[in-house]
Amino acid sequence: MLNERIEDHLPALLIETATGALRVSNASHLETKPMLSRTADHLFWMARYMERAENTARLLDVNYQTSLLPQSSEATLQGWKGLLSISELMPDYLERFDTVNARDVMAFMVTDANNPSSILNCLRAARENARAVRGALTTEVWETMNQTWLEYNRLVKEGALAKDPGELFEWVKFRSHLSRGVTLGTMLQDESFHFQRIGTFLERADNTARLLDVKFHARNTEFFGSGVGNEGKEVDFYHWSAVLRSVSAFEVYRKVYRNVIRPEKVAELLILRAEMPRSLVYCMDEVVSNLRAVANDQSHETIRRAGRLRADLQFSRIDEILATGLHAYLTQFLDRVSDLGYGVSRDFLMPV
Amino acid sequence: MRFFDEMHSADAAVRDHYQVYERWLARQAGAQMRARREEAEMIFRRVGITFAVYGDKDEDGSGTERLIPFDLIPRIIPAAEWREMEAGLRQRVTAMNRFLDDIYHDQEILKAGVIPAEPVLNNAQFRKEMMGLSVPDGIYAIIAGIDIVRACNPDGSGTYYVLEDNLRVPSGVSYMLENRKMTMRLFPELFAEHRVAPVAHYPDLLLDTLRAVAPASVNEPTAVVLTPGMHNSAYFEHAFLAQQMGVELVEGKDLFVKEDFVYMRTTRGPQRVDVIYRRVDDDFMDPEVFRKDSTLGVAGLLRAYRAGNVTLANAFGTGIADDKSIYPYVPKMIEFYLGEKPILQNVPTHICREPDALKYTLDNLADLVVKEVHGAGGYGMLVGPAATKAEIEDFRKVLLANPGNYIAQPTLSLSTCPTYVESGIAPRHIDLRPFVLSGKDVQMVPGGLTRVALKEGSLVVNSSQGGGTKDTWVLEE
Repeated sequence: MLNERIEDHLPALLIETATGALRVSNASHLETKPMLSRTADHLFWMARYMERAENTARLLDVNYQTSLLPQSSEATLQGWKGLLSISELMPDYLERFDTVNARDVMAFMVTDANNPSSILNCLRAARENARAVRGALTTEVWETMNQTWLEYNRLVKEGALAKDPGELFEWVKFRSHLSRGVTLGTMLQDESFHFQRIGTFLERADNTARLLDVKFHARNTEFFGSGVGNEGKEVDFYHWSAVLRSVSAFEVYRKVYRNVIRPEKVAELLILRAEMPRSLVYCMDEVVSNLRAVANDQSHETIRRAGRLRADLQFSRIDEILATGLHAYLTQFLDRVSDLGYGVSRDFLMPV
Repeated sequence: MRFFDEMHSADAAVRDHYQVYERWLARQAGAQMRARREEAEMIFRRVGITFAVYGDKDEDGSGTERLIPFDLIPRIIPAAEWREMEAGLRQRVTAMNRFLDDIYHDQEILKAGVIPAEPVLNNAQFRKEMMGLSVPDGIYAIIAGIDIVRACNPDGSGTYYVLEDNLRVPSGVSYMLENRKMTMRLFPELFAEHRVAPVAHYPDLLLDTLRAVAPASVNEPTAVVLTPGMHNSAYFEHAFLAQQMGVELVEGKDLFVKEDFVYMRTTRGPQRVDVIYRRVDDDFMDPEVFRKDSTLGVAGLLRAYRAGNVTLANAFGTGIADDKSIYPYVPKMIEFYLGEKPILQNVPTHICREPDALKYTLDNLADLVVKEVHGAGGYGMLVGPAATKAEIEDFRKVLLANPGNYIAQPTLSLSTCPTYVESGIAPRHIDLRPFVLSGKDVQMVPGGLTRVALKEGSLVVNSSQGGGTKDTWVLEE
């Protein structure tokens, strides 16, 4: 509490970065311009949708790659079902299709204009938000968003999904990397930048938590860290390495743990490792530091809650989390992230 | 009818200012130029330089955005011609601003009988709300777009005429800038061989002008661009200009008026706005005063304007100066306010409210274009040479019933410029819209936007009807 209050007096001078280093920012004699709430709102959602497109591609990719491995058709089916439930899309899907199968789920998630969460619609929404505020973006950022949308349509029309789904997913990931990179490399690091970052990391926190939830759920009804699943070590290895690959963390895991792949370590890596850029704690670090940079008169409570959530993650141990049950833990985490999203909206994006 | 061709003189010789270009063009392979055209289209699409077509959508949802065709062959204007045109534009816009200031104050020009009062005071474009309201430096039309055409004289020479003044929310300047960028990107070598006057500093001049007309009490004015939103046909331009000037692009809902000051809603609370470059028509600007159902404007804006707490660019009510019924009097305005002879010609216009002019018009209906004075978009108009005998006789009755509602002009032969078409290179009709900025000084960048009617024989250059654009070069000596 004491620390929190002292920091509150220094927001304009020192910003804590994700790695804990301090850098000078917004030197007080140089004023930065405030930005339109509506512009901030569009930027926030532009970044969220692009991140969501990437994570959807990651999820689809890992399911697709897993389905190529020798496994029971029941397990394959579970994978696709899990993917729909992760995104809370099962009811929508079943309204349109009779059975859950790889081809239909992929079409539904990749190219379906009627599914608001399809990659197609995420990229459309990202681009529409960008277009609404293209004046607030650098030319490179806007052209990247616009080109991604135009090219994606072309790829889909040319049948890229049927030809090689893996390559299409790679392409989506690559375009997301590009848009993030061009943002980092060209945008003035003022409020517009911070709101994009807040959008990116709230979305990523949400998506990583959902991924963990569904993948652990697929193995056991509730995971308390009790070790091996019911299909033996080998299947386990493929299951968890697929989870890791979906967040580009397979090599990272080996590097960090230098050990065989253990589910509780996978959970630890993706929840508590501050140096892992898709972990929950990393995402919350970014959310907190970017929120501090844009703090205004109304945002105390939102920033407090974000800081609290980060502190909970920073000072947790995986065995404690698993002891109370991973599903319960992640459900609560998702609620808190969603609550932060509302807070950001209320305080900055749509003030009354 | 004879046409003045910008590149070739009557004996098909290449005009001096096109010599170097023409030699370069002759060296280019057809396939190479085709590839360049495709490249240009690809880049325009990626950059998103599009305009919206209302009520049109295709399956991928991007169908409402269309490209304006860009022609690779530039329209070239020699330095001496531009010097004269620039002086004429400066003179004309200055006089029109004097007219607006006069008409909303003492109306000296009406008292002197130079312009009859009726077409001014009974005009829907005359805004009573502006009476007695003083704007900074008496500048109403801060951004003006003047449409100029070149017609052919009997001896084969050409004369520039002002076809129309646009003093409300003229658009197109972003295409002028993007076209230049595109030509430099596609054919950098051309710029080594020609001294083309640059235009890229237009946003700088615009920002300078907007700051200059801020309310006098403000030291560091905040300017914004007000757009109707991303579904407006000119949205690209609004966003482009805001970005180039580094000012906020706002919509009506982002602004509010409190105690006669205008504020925008920001992430750090309300912030004052001093200058609004508005791309929204008068009627939609303030639901307290104009159209009550408008959601594009800001309630209370006129109050803030009256209090002198905000500058609008352009002012309310500038439409009275560019109305067709007032257009014929612009040369007289120039003489009345500036004591100078007009440098730029008006198209000879017969004001049918005047008996002699009416008689002449009735006698020559088959050769004239007769326009409704308040009309726009070609409605209620007779194009004599293209009309049937029956149509002319019908129109004669309409005209006689209400002569004051019409003006008549000779059918103009717009000049042509070589242009890429399906069959190769062919002459197509063009016009020119220079943009004139009035603040502390009158400023403009050399040239303007050249529009081209891509259909053979067509005189319609509008982008909504198959028109395209060209890069416009003013050659320095």
